[in-house]
Amino acid sequence: MTQTVQENLPGSSPPPAHGHHKPTTWKTYFTFCEDHKVIGIQYLVTSFIFYLIGGALAVGVRAELATPQVDVVSRELYNQLFTVHATVMIFLWIVPAGTGAFGNYLLPLMIGARDMAFPKLNAVAFWMIPPAGILLIGSFLVEAPASGWTSYPPLSLVSGQFGEMCWILSLLILGTSSILGAINFSTTILKMRRPGLQLTQMPLFCWAMLAASALMLISTPVLAGAMILLSFDLIVGTNFFNPAGGGEPVVYQHMFWFYSHPAVYIMILPVFGMISDILPVHARKPIFGYKAIAYSSLAISFLGLIVWAHHMFTSGTPPWLRMFFMVATMIIAVPTGIKVFSWVATIWGGKLRLNSAMLFSMGFVSMFVVGGLSGVMVASVPFDIHVHDTYFIVAHLHYVLFGGSVFGLYAGIYHWYPKMTGRMMSELWGKIHFVLTFIGFNLCFMPMHWLGLQGMPRRVAEYDPQFATVNLICSIGSFILAISTIPFVVNAVWCWVKGEKAPSNPWNAISLEWQTESPPIPTNWEGDPPLITDPYAYGLKPGRKAIGAIRGSDLWAAKP
Amino acid sequence: MQGSTADTETMMNVAGTTAVDHHADHPDFRIFGLIMFLIAESMIFLGLFAAYLTFRAVSTLPEDQMPELELLLPGINTMILISSSFIIHQAEDSIKENDIKGVQKWFGISALLGIIFLGGQVFEYSNLDFGLTDNIFASTFYLLTGFHGLHVLVGVLTILAVLWRSREEGHYSEESKFGIEAAELYWHFVDVVWIILFILLYLL
Ligand code: HEM
Ligand SMILES: [Cu+2]
Repeated sequence: MTQTVQENLPGSSPPPAHGHHKPTTWKTYFTFCEDHKVIGIQYLVTSFIFYLIGGALAVGVRAELATPQVDVVSRELYNQLFTVHATVMIFLWIVPAGTGAFGNYLLPLMIGARDMAFPKLNAVAFWMIPPAGILLIGSFLVEAPASGWTSYPPLSLVSGQFGEMCWILSLLILGTSSILGAINFSTTILKMRRPGLQLTQMPLFCWAMLAASALMLISTPVLAGAMILLSFDLIVGTNFFNPAGGGEPVVYQHMFWFYSHPAVYIMILPVFGMISDILPVHARKPIFGYKAIAYSSLAISFLGLIVWAHHMFTSGTPPWLRMFFMVATMIIAVPTGIKVFSWVATIWGGKLRLNSAMLFSMGFVSMFVVGGLSGVMVASVPFDIHVHDTYFIVAHLHYVLFGGSVFGLYAGIYHWYPKMTGRMMSELWGKIHFVLTFIGFNLCFMPMHWLGLQGMPRRVAEYDPQFATVNLICSIGSFILAISTIPFVVNAVWCWVKGEKAPSNPWNAISLEWQTESPPIPTNWEGDPPLITDPYAYGLKPGRKAIGAIRGSDLWAAKP
Repeated sequence: MQGSTADTETMMNVAGTTAVDHHADHPDFRIFGLIMFLIAESMIFLGLFAAYLTFRAVSTLPEDQMPELELLLPGINTMILISSSFIIHQAEDSIKENDIKGVQKWFGISALLGIIFLGGQVFEYSNLDFGLTDNIFASTFYLLTGFHGLHVLVGVLTILAVLWRSREEGHYSEESKFGIEAAELYWHFVDVVWIILFILLYLL
């Protein structure tokens, strides 16, 4: 009987009040539900709504920048727009979507658990997000924060107390939610695996989540510390960061970047994991270099903690220290490169299925490489001194965050949508979405490299008229991007209700989450989940060389 | 679809259902989760300590404006907190013998010592001749000790909560002792943080 089995597996806590007994309906998603699948979808939909809001703010920013003069919005409003845009995109879209949505939905299914380690804590972590988001965005009604998503003092001490406090409180709530999430992810991965499943047999997404959780646990609290000090400066009148009162603004920068550099890996590692799991399925080939990808996630996680001051090359950091951070930063390109080469080797000579999930995955790899390369460029001190705080940085960060994280999240949605909803998405609309996104994205952000090299500063509402044409091109790209979300939203919503019914394993995938119904039953499996020790064993016929045993020379010699 | 199903199936490598171990209850991971949480907690303190040390290293505040601190009272307070850590540890032995009365005794003393510590700190605050916003070291002093004091308060409340629950017959036992272990672990954590804080603020 299911019941007895349930008691024997990790995660089989007594059935929670919701979900396990009542069938999941649309109403369940508005309740405090402890089922990890419900919570995952709650995270995904909520963060996507924030993505649309953040996108609308970005359209406001680009509309203002379409011409060199201040015309569409005032300078003050412009500052608020880009501040809230960035904060929403990072803290309310990419972080909750990558870790919260996919982490919660996939981890238990991938490791053969019935739920996360602490289901109630999980629901608490999710329900902290909507109020934090409403606080941040609602601040527009009075006065929104206006000192950038970095909120450097002394600027943030004079740019408006109300907005700044909304920003701080919102971040404190989101940070707490993120820490609670990380406690759940790490405990689940380390302790809740189906008996017999070893760490090195897990899908790579689980490794990536382990690495990301370590960063969330170690770095987020330091941001909270900075927020506490900053709010004392703002409200009580202490002078921790206020140079006018003997404080040290650079200490804030250190604390902020000790979180916010790792944060970029919190945003990209889960996506790395998803791509590592999507490519083999649609290329029908085993992943190339499983262990290299798994361990490079851990290496990125460790190195990510010791490179933060590369954001502070122009903040008076002494030369010897800049040297250290420059070298350490460049070293990160090594584990990152290992992943990129492994992905390329995975699709090399595969029988590619060019569906939406695959298109976005390959879009991810190519766009992320552009961002990674500009990353290595700005990691070099002499170069960075010239392009720091210019549009070159804006280009870099959008290639890694949009071309990287967002493309990857879209790939994940297209890939796991049938599992989550039990329905297929329209491939035609998916492809239209991809083409529009790809064109809009590159049109919007590629020219910014040039703008930055020519010296156009970031975070200003008006600029030298010589940059007018290129900025107009960027703005047109951003409008195409805005339009590109329409086919996606229509597709996702329509197919959820009316889409073709999905079989349990539409992609013929091997990993565990596909070996159950779509959508999975509340206990995830009837009886024991199967033990899958090689989730990537695609297309390996007896007598053929296993991909792990192939050398580089074989690869080049092989006919595709 | 290009990948053949047969392909997938032969390669699935699905081992037969291996014997699942037959524990009646699945293991309790809450202590593990608490340790994860304490890692995060220590990082807040580490961040604040690092900020404090950096302020010390770079600040140009004249020596004679540095806040003056008495050592006697905080010294006694330190002794109190350290001994409470040893005392609360006794409860561990008591619960191993299912001795709830023992647990209540040791937890009661620990809570009392925690309250005395907090009282001592309030007394110290009221006798200091500098205020929160006087200068950066005055601010860091109040912030660090206050933030730690908040944790002591949470620790005391946790201990009291365990005491409250232990009135119920059989709530805690040798097998079911998460609350006791958690309160103890948290208390040790608060204690260790204080020792570092004491060295940094008062001795260095
Ligand atoms: C090869 C890997 C990477 C290297 C070497 C690298 C290096 C850098 C450096 C040196 C800066 C500071 C430039 C400046 O402000 O003057 C920077 C900025 C930035 N990077 Fe990267 N990066 C890499 C990957 C990533 C990834 C994967 C992400 C996110 C997914 C990311 C997100 C950002 C963001 C958001 C900023 C701008 C922060 C701001 O000032 O607002 N980077 N990067
Ligand atoms: Cu960075």
